[in-house]
Amino acid sequence: MRLTVNGREHVESGEMLSVAALVARLTEARRGVAVAVNGAVVPRSTWETSRLADGDAVEVLTATQGG
Amino acid sequence: MFFGESRLVLGTGGANSLAALEEAITASGTELVTVALRRVDAAGPGLLPMLDRLGVRVLPNTAGCYTAGDAIKTAHLARDAFETDLIKLEVIGDERTLLPDGVELLRAAETLAGDGFTVLPYTSDDPILARRLADVGCAAVMPAGSPIGSGLGISNPHHIRLIRQSVEVPVVLDAGIGTASDAALAMELGCDAVLIASAITRADDPGGMASAMRHAVLAGRLAYTSGRIPRRHHALASTSDEGRAQW
Repeated sequence: MRLTVNGREHVESGEMLSVAALVARLTEARRGVAVAVNGAVVPRSTWETSRLADGDAVEVLTATQGG
Repeated sequence: MFFGESRLVLGTGGANSLAALEEAITASGTELVTVALRRVDAAGPGLLPMLDRLGVRVLPNTAGCYTAGDAIKTAHLARDAFETDLIKLEVIGDERTLLPDGVELLRAAETLAGDGFTVLPYTSDDPILARRLADVGCAAVMPAGSPIGSGLGISNPHHIRLIRQSVEVPVVLDAGIGTASDAALAMELGCDAVLIASAITRADDPGGMASAMRHAVLAGRLAYTSGRIPRRHHALASTSDEGRAQW
């Protein structure tokens, strides 16, 4: 499965990957993290049940300094 | 009120280390600090844990958004990430001035207010736009004193005063403050709070400047509520002539 994660190509060997599993690979933080798939917000409450599909573009965002 | 008793909202942009930012937060007495949303691989760790430890609330912003659509999406992501309805709404018009795009801003504000957000829009010093933003449900208006990061202070004090008279919601002077007297002036003009980032985070001594701003904001507010004397064109003696010795 090929994904685009934060603008970079990301290859997964398995066929099934939840949003929660992808987030866990990118950051240990939970609070302060938000996810959009193909431009749509994926609410935290659905991370476990939301499955990613081949070709999905995923943005995983968190807090940074900014005015 | 969202800005707390300090009436000083601290923007976290521009600090060159988390330690310097922590010192500034503590010295400023702020209860609310802004954060931006960026990709996890670009964002350094440790900001949120530090803010939690200091007990300050987070005000997410939509920095870098140029369209209503982008800002709305970013606001929804921020609400999911930080579990807050507060959003500092920024919809920028161009890179050179970083001034807001009023048309896109008003559109985004109306949508987000309808979605249940506490919308705090960064706006220009236009009293009419400020009133329109309040009319669509913004919880405050945050006019720029001058462009972001410029340190030019309040370029049109008359408009800031007009905005204070035009809306019922709190007015937060956002952007342009360069030094303590600018913050005091904002409060003397009737602003309910100020939002300061660069003037503190980029000062030679951020902690020292944060402390100066804290005092300036409180002094300016107290001067405003205490009722200044009217300006006169001629002197008015403060010492009575009565009982003066005659030679």
